[in-house]
Amino acid sequence: MNRYIVSAAGTVFFLFFFFHLHQAEALEQEVHKKFLVPPPPFSQGIFPCSQCHQGMPANKAPRKLEMMHQDIALHHMPGGWCFDCHNPDNRDTLRLANGKIVKFSESYNLCGQCHGTILREWKAGLHGKRTGMWNGEKQYLLCVHCHWPHDPEFKPITPLPPPVKPSDIK
Amino acid sequence: MEQNDNKNSGLNRRKFLQGAALGLAGMALPLDRADASFWESFFQKHFREMNDAEIKKVLSRLEKECEIKYKKAVKIGNEKAMPGVMFGYGLDLSRCIGCRRCVYGCVDENNQSLDPQIHWITVLRFKKGEKWVDLENAEKYYNPDKVPQDDYFYMPVQCQQCENPPCVRACPTQATWKDPDGIVVIDYNWCIGCRYCMAACPYGARRFNWTEPNRPAEKINPNTHYLGNRPRYKGVVEKCTFCIQRSRNGRYPACVEACPVGARKFGNLLDPESEIRYAIKHKRVFRLKEDLNTNPKFYYFFAYGK
Repeated sequence: MNRYIVSAAGTVFFLFFFFHLHQAEALEQEVHKKFLVPPPPFSQGIFPCSQCHQGMPANKAPRKLEMMHQDIALHHMPGGWCFDCHNPDNRDTLRLANGKIVKFSESYNLCGQCHGTILREWKAGLHGKRTGMWNGEKQYLLCVHCHWPHDPEFKPITPLPPPVKPSDIK
Repeated sequence: MEQNDNKNSGLNRRKFLQGAALGLAGMALPLDRADASFWESFFQKHFREMNDAEIKKVLSRLEKECEIKYKKAVKIGNEKAMPGVMFGYGLDLSRCIGCRRCVYGCVDENNQSLDPQIHWITVLRFKKGEKWVDLENAEKYYNPDKVPQDDYFYMPVQCQQCENPPCVRACPTQATWKDPDGIVVIDYNWCIGCRYCMAACPYGARRFNWTEPNRPAEKINPNTHYLGNRPRYKGVVEKCTFCIQRSRNGRYPACVEACPVGARKFGNLLDPESEIRYAIKHKRVFRLKEDLNTNPKFYYFFAYGK
């Protein structure tokens, strides 16, 4: 009799343990899902940002930039300023609105603060370009590979030549 | 009365035809071509009736022929359809900018003829707001400086890999068929070039080689598949195969990788986690000429506005 009780208790314990493990694993995947992305498209010689900004005090006042970065016109969010996205305490990282620090290679989290529906579709593989294996490892492009973050609208490009018309075939 | 006539002539109609057929057959056999390769190709069996050893022999013969013709080693593969896979394609029309990168990506991957030019993908341009389902009158020769233009949208069309393909039914030699993963393929060694399949295809997706396909050796993609992008012959029909040589090895088709805006989606329709299933579940998808009951596996959708 005693034996049965022990084995039943063992089974229950095992099931509970297994269930718990399974839950924990699922949670783990949810939190730490990594997207394989190529390195961010920095302009030549500009990264790490700290090579210039080391020891430079962060000036949080919005103003017209004159020394460097004059080419950046912030069309993305009029009235915004660098530190809406860039981390003033460590220029080699980005910062979310809630203060969380994000690496440049995970900048999609930053874009997703406002463009949540797009981020959801990007994760599902619907928005943006994925390469690699359809049944295996996929490479995702970061938002900034296609959209210049300071002026993100996709720029028109030159089309490749049209097909030869049947009347032009010699 | 008629019979009497035959007796008198000493040569009846049946005997005459037999003789004529023998004579014609004799004329048709080019006895001066004695090389083994020629006779082997002459008596090659239908692809689906060959066993693995026979296919292997055929492939090595074809590889040798390609090497002689192009002076370049070409690998001709024979990857079979994977079990549990049904390929589906998605195209986000709200993103396509009509740049034709997919067209030329396809040409480079699939060894199409450069002159005369053969394209498997046609990008159509439609004016926004006008009647646009009129595919035959759509503009495909548009050539502005920059795309996308404000008042237009674009729609690439290629083989729709129908579940119920009219081209397959039309083929008198069974040189084209649908493989288990849904890809409609052509055996270029069995195609007799009658172009019935082209007449049957409602999407204009098949192309015919009027002359010897013209492609310089340095532009030949050597990774090929028997039913896909191996160099074709004069007088055969060819078409998009979802890049069979890539997709059966797990890779995305070349047009997916060429698209700069990521409008093209590809995956396994039987896998609920695939992006094509996500599109079908979450977007309003449509298929071209659905009323014809061809049941294409090519889904168009509009993900968002601009």
